[in-house]
Amino acid sequence: MFSINRGDVDYEDLQLLKKLVHMNGDALVSVTGAKDSWPENRDTLLNIRNLRIEATVYPPGESPKSVILVDDVSLTLKRGRVLGLIGESGAGKSTIGLASMGYGRGGVKITGGEVILNDRDILKIGASGMRKLRGREVCYVAQSAAAAFNPAHRLMEQVVEAALLHGMATRAEAEKRAVALFKKLGLPDSETIGRRFPHQVSGGQLQRVMTAMALCSEPDLIVFDEPTTALDVTTQIEVLAAIRDAIRDTGVAAIYITHDLAVVAQVADEILVLRHGKLVERGMTQQIINHPHEQYTRALVSVHHIDHKQNDGGNAPVLSAKGLTAGYGDGAIKVLRDVSLDLHTGQTLAVVGESGSGKSTLARVITGLLPPLAGSIQFDGRQLPPLLGDRSKEDLRQLQMIYQMADVAMNPRQTVATIIGRPLEFYFEIRGAERDRRVAELLDKIEMGKDLANRYPAELSGGQKQRVCIARALAAKPNLIICDEVTSALDPLVANGILKLLLQLQRDEGVAYLFITHDLATVRSIADSISVMYRGQVVRYGPKGQVLSPPFDPYTELLLSSVPEMEIGWLDRAITSRRMESAGN
Amino acid sequence: MTFLHSPRVIRTGVSKFKSAPLSAKFGISIIILYMLTALFAPHLAPYGEAEIVATPFEPWSAQFWLGTDNLGRDMFTRLVFGARNTLGIALVTTVLAFSLGCSAGLAAATFGGWTDQLLSRLVDVLMSIPQLIFALLLLSIFGTSIPTLIVVIAVLDSTRVFRLTRAVAINVAVLDYVEAARLRGEGPIWIMTREILPNIAPTLIAEFGLRFCFVFLLISGLSFLGLGIQPPTADWGSMVRDSATLITYGDVTPLLPAGAIALLAVAINLVVDWFLHWASGLKED
Amino acid sequence: MESIAKIIGQRVAFGALTLWIVSLIIFAGVQLLPGDIATELLGQSATPETVAALRKSLGLDIPAYLRYFDWLRSILQGNFGTALANGRDIAELIEPRLFNTLLLAASAAVISVPLALIGGIVSALYRNTFIDRAINVVTLASISFPEFFVAYILILFLAVNAGILPSLSDVDQSTSALGRLTAMALPALTLAVVVLAHMLRMTRTSIVNLLGNQYIETARLKGLPEWRVLVRHALPNALGPIATVIVLNLAYLITGVVVVEVVFVYPGLGQLIVDSVQKRDIPVVQACSLIFAATYVLLNLTADVLSIVMNPRLMRPK
Repeated sequence: MFSINRGDVDYEDLQLLKKLVHMNGDALVSVTGAKDSWPENRDTLLNIRNLRIEATVYPPGESPKSVILVDDVSLTLKRGRVLGLIGESGAGKSTIGLASMGYGRGGVKITGGEVILNDRDILKIGASGMRKLRGREVCYVAQSAAAAFNPAHRLMEQVVEAALLHGMATRAEAEKRAVALFKKLGLPDSETIGRRFPHQVSGGQLQRVMTAMALCSEPDLIVFDEPTTALDVTTQIEVLAAIRDAIRDTGVAAIYITHDLAVVAQVADEILVLRHGKLVERGMTQQIINHPHEQYTRALVSVHHIDHKQNDGGNAPVLSAKGLTAGYGDGAIKVLRDVSLDLHTGQTLAVVGESGSGKSTLARVITGLLPPLAGSIQFDGRQLPPLLGDRSKEDLRQLQMIYQMADVAMNPRQTVATIIGRPLEFYFEIRGAERDRRVAELLDKIEMGKDLANRYPAELSGGQKQRVCIARALAAKPNLIICDEVTSALDPLVANGILKLLLQLQRDEGVAYLFITHDLATVRSIADSISVMYRGQVVRYGPKGQVLSPPFDPYTELLLSSVPEMEIGWLDRAITSRRMESAGN
Repeated sequence: MTFLHSPRVIRTGVSKFKSAPLSAKFGISIIILYMLTALFAPHLAPYGEAEIVATPFEPWSAQFWLGTDNLGRDMFTRLVFGARNTLGIALVTTVLAFSLGCSAGLAAATFGGWTDQLLSRLVDVLMSIPQLIFALLLLSIFGTSIPTLIVVIAVLDSTRVFRLTRAVAINVAVLDYVEAARLRGEGPIWIMTREILPNIAPTLIAEFGLRFCFVFLLISGLSFLGLGIQPPTADWGSMVRDSATLITYGDVTPLLPAGAIALLAVAINLVVDWFLHWASGLKED
Repeated sequence: MESIAKIIGQRVAFGALTLWIVSLIIFAGVQLLPGDIATELLGQSATPETVAALRKSLGLDIPAYLRYFDWLRSILQGNFGTALANGRDIAELIEPRLFNTLLLAASAAVISVPLALIGGIVSALYRNTFIDRAINVVTLASISFPEFFVAYILILFLAVNAGILPSLSDVDQSTSALGRLTAMALPALTLAVVVLAHMLRMTRTSIVNLLGNQYIETARLKGLPEWRVLVRHALPNALGPIATVIVLNLAYLITGVVVVEVVFVYPGLGQLIVDSVQKRDIPVVQACSLIFAATYVLLNLTADVLSIVMNPRLMRPK
């Protein structure tokens, strides 16, 4: 038994401590001291209480209406600490992040609660007070730095703008500070990079410049809004480490917003889990990752655990590509070089690679949208004509495709029944009541109700949309479905559901998948064989067990070591081993 | 089926009208008024279209509400018939321009490649001559009969329709659902009419309003110049021209047909403005 | 920089090609005349002798392609032939009128361009407020008005009722500079009103479109006041689109000028082309169309080149 004085800790920590102690069982905490000696602890930087945020939406063809984005969320952040905000799309994380600057996008309005920053409620300081605070006390780092920089001005102009505006430094001082920050963030040519224009710098570098821009006016708080989400996995790890080190070295407090729990585990001291604009759970990073209380958090933590045994079919390949070479502009730019792979009936071949690896081009070549410059494709034992227009209806039927963005993969003016029913009409001449019956059957297969048949895509959720696309592909009774990043645009839990469904359908229908993705976790979950692509070439190919076990080729090793793991300290280990390796080489 | 649906269509129409802003209500009312005038012109007009009923330039009176024109024809009668002629010709022209422009634009977007190149370059050249000047050139060659007028203006205006249709259709044609239809093996007619057209319809409807407005102003302008609709057919543009001298005596009569043109154009623009706003579901900021 | 020069070169080449095709169309159009052009032109007064004489004077007795090259060569030398109506040299006929027309268009531009820019920026800055809505309604109405409606309203108020300005603008070489100015006031004002609305709306749109960009949000989150966001972050990117808008509207003036010149009996190129179409004086119509088209092509080309030059991404390649 031990006692704690209220004056020594702040409220949230106390609650947390009580919980932890309670969990361990026997010990009891007694709290002493006057009740009013907290919560305004001196080192509290930001205190958000009962925040409520609404937005006016303008649905096409309807009158505007108000929706609640954030409902009754409270949080505190101490100086120099990093708070991770995590949740799926629509959880309200970005909205809360921007609210800490008193800012709402478009029709977004803060309609309730308090945002106390440096001991005053910033919702009450008016527009000019807010302007003095933005860029000085709080700075913002956006998801897409490429879009967040003004194309008309040089980087240095934009980096020092806030510091100059708020009169915090002379131009010479600010530029010197900026150069030092560029160096700290590991930017090449730190002396001269500021003279470039945004479009002359790569995405990963821009993200670092944006971090430097936020740090340049030495704010108390930086809001990082998914700063590494748009980057390739091998770039992400470097940027993540740079951001994390910069936060540590400068002692700035940060709100780190992301949908990726493994990423936030590397940078945050505490984590706040949000869902549908409401608080689900908050706790120290250690606790959230290792001992989540809420069921939703537990689901998030264990999201990638799908059991799929590698299926080693020895039967004839359904798809066999030999020496595929393809490019654009009459072959002047080759994006695919001598790619060969085999996919067996009822199996999944995962093609994995980063942006620019040629994996999507491979799909275009196989579907006939882009005829190859060289090489051939055998499908079901017969030669497949290179051009879409030359393929038979039977070829087209047996080779179906599912897209990344289910939103744009369905005609918004057609109902679910029309979308799923069209392949039945087109390939099998099934119409009328028989068609409706088959549509209902397919809806059942994708675990959706019959009553959804008359809905339009806009009335469905993201996961439902992707299911309808799967049903459309299945309706053709194909031998092979090409899945192009089908889970990348979905939230992890929904994506998991889709993967499970795909595996189930594979067992039932015996269909083979060519699964294109950049996400190694997904590959682990569903692949039977893997082909790793890099700059248009296959660098590693074979059964899953073999591809994912050492010895590795350098690229696969880099790729595998870049995937964030849900483990505190992973980033440090990964960076250290990478630095040692590059020193060794 | 259609007749079962029609009460619902009318009901939604009425409810949309009620929720429309004042400017759009005003515009819709004006357009309906003009349409009724055009349809029932012979019943509304007190005299015949080209009937000479009095001496030239009679002042306003109980007998000739708005006086008479330069030949002694009743001004009010010609104003009413003008609605029929001017609107009718403009409508036919716009429909023709749309049939041409839309189908070419859809084809260019769907087929791409050399079809697109050929059509686009042709339109580039046609559009590089100012429309009024081109119309003047062609009318001087082919003469100024009404069918010539309609064809010449429809062809020239279809270039604008083509540009817009192609631009919006290309945005749709690159979407995955169109690619999915191509991969399914659908023919170009299905892709154009079922996949692309329904999704660009709102833009095209708005454009139809604007094009109609433009054609109608162009024809009025040509008629005003004496090169459009020829006498004795009543037409607002030529009515302005015929009575123009009155303005120097402070008589507002020439402003009436001119105002009739302007009012309709304003009404259409107001409705289109509202429609675009409503269909996009976007706020302006 | 090499690629910029290449892009601009392509545009200029395309402009030249367009002009050449336009000349072909204008020439070929006449060949399309139903029946024999000479008979058609002379109408009922045609006798075999007059027809033969006209055919010869039009050069109809030699093959069409040779005639085209002859025609093109003489035009490039500034020789447009003679008018059918009065046998006068077309180049002489056009010269003073072209000057008058350009002067009118230039005065309209001088009035409307600054007003449109200021109005567009104000409207964008105060978007969705009363000022913006008022500007929207007024400009929407004024783009709907035919030129002659605006012209007669101005005549009624400024010439007839107030008596400040003349309603007719028949100037000639002997007119003094001041006389020219007063005579031109009403037509210039009419044209300015017509193109001002277009230009203002397009300026507003191009600025408001930019405001949706994320770098505008970045600027706001730095604590920049709204006017500075607009001037420093939106305007530099809007310059290209705005320049295009202005030049395109100047091109629009070319069309507008025709009707306005007729209303005010202003001796410009527009009036000449309308008269000649009525008289079916085809060589004059050809010459005028060619000049109008050339101006139009040139202005469009300028708009293209401006939008390229003002794009930072193109100006400073990787």
